[in-house]
Amino acid sequence: MPEAERGPAEMGKVIPLDGGRAARPPEPEPLPSAEDATDWDRRLAGALAFLRRRVSGDYPIDDFGFDPDLTEHVLLPALRPLYNSWFRVETRGLDNVPDEGAALLVANHSGTIPVDALMTAVALLDHHPAARHLRLLAADLVFTLPVVAPLARKSGNTLACNADAERLLSDGELVGVFPEGFKGIGKPFSERYKLQRFGRGGFVSAALRTGTPIIPCSIVGAEEIYPMIGNVKSLARLLGVPYLPVTPTFPLLGLLGLVPLPSKWLIEFGEPIETASLGGPAAAEDPMLVFNLTDQVRETIQSTLYTLLLQRRSVFF
Amino acid sequence: MLVTGVSRHLGSRLVSVLADDARVERVIGVDTVPPRKELAAALGRTEFVRADIRNPLIAKVIAQAEVDTVVHLNVLATPGSAGGRTAMKEINVIGTMQLLAACQKAPSMRKLVVKSTTAVYGSTPRDPALFTEDVGPRSLPKSGYAKDAVEVEGYVRGFGRRRPDVTLSVLRFTNFIGPFIDTPLTRYLTLPVVPTVFGFDPRIQLCHEDDGIEVLRRAVAGDHPGIFNAGGTGVLLLSQALRRLGRLALPIPSPTVNAVARAFRRAKLVDFSPEQMRFLEHGRVADVSRLQASLGWAPRPTAQAFDTFAAAHSGARVVEAAAGAAEQRLLELLASGNSRVLGA
Repeated sequence: MPEAERGPAEMGKVIPLDGGRAARPPEPEPLPSAEDATDWDRRLAGALAFLRRRVSGDYPIDDFGFDPDLTEHVLLPALRPLYNSWFRVETRGLDNVPDEGAALLVANHSGTIPVDALMTAVALLDHHPAARHLRLLAADLVFTLPVVAPLARKSGNTLACNADAERLLSDGELVGVFPEGFKGIGKPFSERYKLQRFGRGGFVSAALRTGTPIIPCSIVGAEEIYPMIGNVKSLARLLGVPYLPVTPTFPLLGLLGLVPLPSKWLIEFGEPIETASLGGPAAAEDPMLVFNLTDQVRETIQSTLYTLLLQRRSVFF
Repeated sequence: MLVTGVSRHLGSRLVSVLADDARVERVIGVDTVPPRKELAAALGRTEFVRADIRNPLIAKVIAQAEVDTVVHLNVLATPGSAGGRTAMKEINVIGTMQLLAACQKAPSMRKLVVKSTTAVYGSTPRDPALFTEDVGPRSLPKSGYAKDAVEVEGYVRGFGRRRPDVTLSVLRFTNFIGPFIDTPLTRYLTLPVVPTVFGFDPRIQLCHEDDGIEVLRRAVAGDHPGIFNAGGTGVLLLSQALRRLGRLALPIPSPTVNAVARAFRRAKLVDFSPEQMRFLEHGRVADVSRLQASLGWAPRPTAQAFDTFAAAHSGARVVEAAAGAAEQRLLELLASGNSRVLGA
């Protein structure tokens, strides 16, 4: 498994499928140097090796259906332009995320479509020194949708349920969860940056049972990508989705309305909240402790959101 | 020792292993049809009794031979092999009831090993990634083999309550794979073009046929009461499995899948039932750590088990050959291009 053995420095590096045309520096003269040619060859060999692996089915998949090979070489590179150029994401406190071992990342959810989840995953793989894969816990709706369901599994996500959360955490993975769920992501634009109820605190019990630290994560910018000014509830019920958004551009401009607004994003990873010393699995059976911890995480994220909003000069810059 | 369902692949192979074991005093194989010639040769000293477990005759066999261990393998997965869904259900459910009734009356009984399936967990998008033995399914299977297996397990539980002195092992096997076994899954995978459900890529977990025999043998030889998931660790995605086989997939939109499956059933190509079609959408993976801990031995991982099957069916690797040729051409083209640029 060459993928697993690669050093952290090389981990986030793109091996472009077009043979590196895009990454080639502009040359004043048409003659490339010999060094450049070897670099070119190396990239090409990498791309061909990748294709060979894909065609022969020779790549590892974990029990959850996570395909690191595909994620690192195709799925995340596809999101990178959105991260770097469109939303110009800035991260803070990446050093609060441990280099190894389990941690539970808890974040606010917004933006009609879970782009915030994807951008957080890009941030951790590209910009964290240990290039960590974020394993997200997604709503069951995701796994009923054709095309979306296998992509979600291949990029390392699984169903938001206690069994899966605890299994991932026991395996030492970095798990991401959005406790607000549909209440957060599908809230009207007028309620932006107001945290909704944090579920039933299931994420806190999972952390307590496995003794993993909780990292509060605050995401600013996702609220403005698809400002939801209306919700066609009857049609949503008909289609079996929790909400059907109306934004200033959608459905007015048709497919063009699906282009997210280029808001400026800030993602802050807060200080970890230790849970190992709180009493282990027995503590998860104490509802008062679970509620208090849930509130503590929620308030940390809410106050960080307000601070970040003050720091952002405007919605788009 | 009495083994049901010996005329089929797993049953006949298990009795031939048991017949070689000197500790086993006597092996009686039961089935409705005699085993095929090539299988019969391997049975050794097994005594074959042509009996229908739906018939009370089975009780006489058990009583007369003073059977102490019963291995129940006769839960059929496909209606085709039984002669229709009605007959299949009768063999599976009524047959099990008769067999358990006979076992309950037999004072010599010490151990009952039942082959079940992970299909009892169903297959929905709301399932946890791995099923453990204690997790109830989100929705009980409503048809076919899986429903039969759920009912069989129910009767076996009832038997366990009434005869607590009998050691009861229920083995929930994943799909079997291997170079020789013939199941709906192996037939499906060896179709010239493999129809898949558009937009889905299920995780599949497999158990090598030899490992299945070994699990059963160990369950018979040792003392392992309880319910166990039995299969290889790890998973393959269906798309990945097809690539390893060098097959082409033909994605079919979900609403038309049942019609296509019916057509395949009618053409006697693949005997896939509706709940197996759902399996092709969402897949199913079970946690096999309990079995490993209890047996002190583990079936080989899914990917390895699959590769033995792929090696046996390597004749038709169309995709790989074409890809290799394309890669070669591309490399030559680039090499000539490179030398031109550098030489200029």
